[in-house]
Amino acid sequence: MTPQQISQIAFYFFAGLAVLGAILTVTVRNVVHSAIFLITSLLATAGIFLTLGAQFVFAVQIILYVGGIMVLFIFVIMLVNLDVALHQLQFNRQKWVALLLALALGSQLGFAVWFAREQGVLDIPSGRAGTLSPQNVEQFGQALFEKYALPFEIASVLLLVALIGAVVMTKKRA
Amino acid sequence: MVPIGHYLFLSLALFIIGVIGVVTRRNVIIILMSIELILNAVNINLVAFSRHWANIDGQLFSLFIITDAAAEAAVGLGIIIAFFKNRETLLADEMDLLKF
Repeated sequence: MTPQQISQIAFYFFAGLAVLGAILTVTVRNVVHSAIFLITSLLATAGIFLTLGAQFVFAVQIILYVGGIMVLFIFVIMLVNLDVALHQLQFNRQKWVALLLALALGSQLGFAVWFAREQGVLDIPSGRAGTLSPQNVEQFGQALFEKYALPFEIASVLLLVALIGAVVMTKKRA
Repeated sequence: MVPIGHYLFLSLALFIIGVIGVVTRRNVIIILMSIELILNAVNINLVAFSRHWANIDGQLFSLFIITDAAAEAAVGLGIIIAFFKNRETLLADEMDLLKF
């Protein structure tokens, strides 16, 4: 098999896994199972990033999403898990609203993608806007600390605010 | 090379599943997890266009979105714990007061 074929097979495998994990996340009754399926979906998305040649985003996705955010989620699920909660109704009576919303959004965005393809926007452009090497971690770091240095610093302030906010939310009422 | 349209449709599917999760579930934690799914769908779009235009900026934006998702998860889960301490429940329908 050529590398092309391998990357195609990898894409369809990870895409199927991501969609399956996402569907199970929103349909399964148990919250812990839901979190585990979300982890599956996020790992599959990391694989998608790898097929796109984004090695750094792949690593960040696994370390930060799976290793950080999802562990936080599971911690909180264990802190607040109630046996009572499992016997309660898990779904709203909003099936038809959800169906309508999904159809509206799906047709709109699907039409947008289809129209862009018809117009030739999605063809591989002849005059590329930039140069992206297959090993692009170095380029990523350079852009992050030169072109996007200010947004990077603002992101750190955002994280500080989130840290303080989380502590304030959970501390005992004085 | 997989055409970019396939990446866009994958992202569309994940986005819509996330929206359905937000609208139909009653458990607040699962609603937050569905929001993570939506953010993830956006990331796929950004990275796909980053490769399409051979430009690194899309990958950087996806990094900022992951940062946002982390901040949002921390604050959101803090709110959930405070809510659970006061009301002993996790159902979104029960969230009808600004102050207890």
